[in-house]
Amino acid sequence: MRIAQRATARAHDEGERKVAATARPAGTEDTFPKLLRHHAQVRGARPAFRHKDRGVWRTWSWSETYDNVRGLAQGLQTLGLRAGDKIAIVGANRPLLYWTVTAAQMLRATPVPVYADAVADEMAYVLENADVKIVAAQDQEQVDKLQSMADRLKLLDYILYDEERGLRSYDHARLRRIEDVLAEGRRALDDDPALARALDESIDAGTADDHSIMLYTSGTTGRSKGVVLAAGRSVAAARDTVAFDGITDADEQLAYLPLAWVGDHYMNYAQAFVAGACIACPESADTVQEDLREIGPSFYFAPPRVFEAMLTRVTIRMEDASALKRRMFDHFIAVARKWGEKILNRESVPLAARLHYALGEALVYGPLKNVLGFSNIRVAYTAGEAIGGELFSFFRSIGLNLKQLYGQTEAFLYVTAHPDGAIRAETVGLPAPNVEIRIAADGEVQFKSPGQFLTYYKDDEKARETMTPDGFVRTGDAGFFEEDGQLRILDRAKDVGKLADGTLFAPKYIENKLKFFPNIKEAVAFGDRCDFVSVMLNIELTAVGAWAERNNIAYASYQELAAHPRVYELIGKHVDEVNAALAQEPRMAGAQIKRFLILPKELDADDGELTRTQKVRRSFIAERYKPLSDGLYNGADIVDISTEVTFEDGRKGLISGRVKIVDLARHDAAGKERAA
Amino acid sequence: MKDDILLAVRNVSLSFGGVRAITDVSFDIRKGEIRAIIGPNGAGKTSMLNVINGFYHPQEGEILFHGRARRRMKPYEAASQGIARTFQNVALFKGMSTLDNILAGRTLKMHRGFFWQTLRHGPALAEEIEHRKFCEEIIDFLEIEHIRKAPVGSLPYGLQKRVELGRALAMEPTLLLLDEPMAGMNLEEKQDMSRFIIDVNQQYGTTIALIEHDIGVVMDLSDRIVVLEYGHKIADGVPDAVKNDQKVIDAYLGVAH
Repeated sequence: MRIAQRATARAHDEGERKVAATARPAGTEDTFPKLLRHHAQVRGARPAFRHKDRGVWRTWSWSETYDNVRGLAQGLQTLGLRAGDKIAIVGANRPLLYWTVTAAQMLRATPVPVYADAVADEMAYVLENADVKIVAAQDQEQVDKLQSMADRLKLLDYILYDEERGLRSYDHARLRRIEDVLAEGRRALDDDPALARALDESIDAGTADDHSIMLYTSGTTGRSKGVVLAAGRSVAAARDTVAFDGITDADEQLAYLPLAWVGDHYMNYAQAFVAGACIACPESADTVQEDLREIGPSFYFAPPRVFEAMLTRVTIRMEDASALKRRMFDHFIAVARKWGEKILNRESVPLAARLHYALGEALVYGPLKNVLGFSNIRVAYTAGEAIGGELFSFFRSIGLNLKQLYGQTEAFLYVTAHPDGAIRAETVGLPAPNVEIRIAADGEVQFKSPGQFLTYYKDDEKARETMTPDGFVRTGDAGFFEEDGQLRILDRAKDVGKLADGTLFAPKYIENKLKFFPNIKEAVAFGDRCDFVSVMLNIELTAVGAWAERNNIAYASYQELAAHPRVYELIGKHVDEVNAALAQEPRMAGAQIKRFLILPKELDADDGELTRTQKVRRSFIAERYKPLSDGLYNGADIVDISTEVTFEDGRKGLISGRVKIVDLARHDAAGKERAA
Repeated sequence: MKDDILLAVRNVSLSFGGVRAITDVSFDIRKGEIRAIIGPNGAGKTSMLNVINGFYHPQEGEILFHGRARRRMKPYEAASQGIARTFQNVALFKGMSTLDNILAGRTLKMHRGFFWQTLRHGPALAEEIEHRKFCEEIIDFLEIEHIRKAPVGSLPYGLQKRVELGRALAMEPTLLLLDEPMAGMNLEEKQDMSRFIIDVNQQYGTTIALIEHDIGVVMDLSDRIVVLEYGHKIADGVPDAVKNDQKVIDAYLGVAH
């Protein structure tokens, strides 16, 4: 990009002046713009951002970034953005969009990232609710969405865009290219030293109480709420975890998660700004896997479904590999399962096993990690949902230091995290630094954290409901502490129910067990106040598709494959295995799955069946597929269903079909089958 | 600008032995427009494209490109004059990657000789970097970053069509001939392809002549339409006029004989 090259020359000229002008003790910065200025001074030449564009990785140093963000801030000021205003950011992880966040913070305005895949109506709701004045959008797709909602957005003055493709012929009365805004801002700063001084003052005037960012919750239940986070608290929270995991300016991470998710804003933005680490932006959403391998990040964060998808892909590719490779893989994965985690936890392991594992590292784990982009990972986290135990230990056993954390947007972000060396799949770890946790009488987890949110935007009442009188935040999750002090989360407190006979029913627990099978993509368990547990399933098209190909099963669509009798047979076996596992657990044995069906359509956030962070909305699904949920409990073998689907461009269509429901035998604790 | 004639077809007739594929057809293509050629199966649409890019030589009539008349021309001469095309049935190098296929479209723009290219040093390397940059622009434009290195034969059909468009664009054509760019695509792929065609036309100012069966797409995309039937031109004009032309309606829906 043109702007960067110019900046390099300038940074050299100005470097000394800047250092001389502002020498402050390190570690006192309480806003992100101050942190950025700090890094530009002390590690100006270190990489801050990378972006793969036109097939080439481009890098911006901290001083170039500072320079660009200043220009952008000035440009936004010219467009009328003032302290306290809101600016929305809609798009993928791109440097200009991250810079827009910092530029807004520099002006003491509040950035509001919005999920880029939200349909127009959802997006309009957030923009309306947040009183957004300017939107920085990625491309034509987002601009089109925004313009289609223009009459609802009375406060909206300008739409900025990053990628010009297709937009050249649009009416530019209220449209601007971000790059032009930046360039104009920089020219203004160069021409008028008074503006530059005013911007410096604006950075200095930023306080810990500034509203640093507003993140909308995913809305598992109801409309999403704008969580207001303060600058000082955000920085303080990030400082704690940066120290906890020893993140430095030598670390690098790939930012590929939605900007609007707290996970991205914390892990990529906040932590990198505190530690001075490098944020790499992928070329496009479809190239993340390849970009990951090229960057070789040292810190990695992904929700469980990403790890699931990786394992699925590895499994599929191994099944297509030659017999020799397959045997080698199976052999060494078995070795890893036995010893890998113990070695990672620095437990004592016999020398022979260590050597065997080392051979596996050279032949299988090393190359595998390289393909996945994990060769340089020092620490990796997963969060957002419970992760399947076997999935978790698979990645740990091949030597990836994968840990779990438990967090919330309202906590920004950590509530608990696994410390190195004490990691168990079923727990989420010890309280994070400076976080206080208690379990309420009804089993609900409550916390106080350094990054804790201020309020919900325009909904103080809801915020008061979420907070206890003594300042703890209610998570809505049920959990308990294990003997070693680690927290274990059961489920959403209000989702944990009981079967009619009083057996404990934790739907997510069952769903996660099902989802561990690469062939099963989503599972929705029902059973609260019913006689037995039943599930609706989604098959994973890539995995089952590959299986179908090997078995000469022809199919034309997802729907057809999902309804195939042999697919039912295959999935039935998986469900049966889950039942066998449940039978071994005294508390869960009664909650075995009695009936299941495979949905004729993939669950999708566009249809409201999943949240934008891909969590299933159980009650919504039960309502939407009412004939099916009724069928599960009225003994029907075949149910007809027709349902509306939303295509990616927002148009609607109808899917109809016939769904089979299958009954399963029960296992008793000894592992034998017993007639139902 | 719009009235400048880029290419004019004058009284062209083409026959294969006793079969008359095209009979006395005349029309023109203006600079910067999207011109559609439609008609029922066997109307002579693809033959018309083949005549335009010099693959077939008409027995009668002439073709004026940039105002100059030509009778006999080889396809590569048409290519070097700035006429690029895609094919009804994708014609890519299946074993090569997307990037290499698109780079192949730059062949005519490469000037270093065999000697330098073999050395892959100095001027040849600089030249190759330039061309790679150009191809990366196209890859970005068509949003095919994720398949940059994938062998083309393994890609789904819709993407292969996009790669083929990329290869044609790599020639920086003044006239782009698209033979059924959306055949066999689903609705979403058609929408994507339509967007790319409009963007090519607007962003690069490329003149486009296309054959397409999806009448909805044709009506939305094109500035003007030529309708052929049994090798004869039966209508020519803006979409609205063509849509209401009785001869066109008869050709598509059939008439009672």
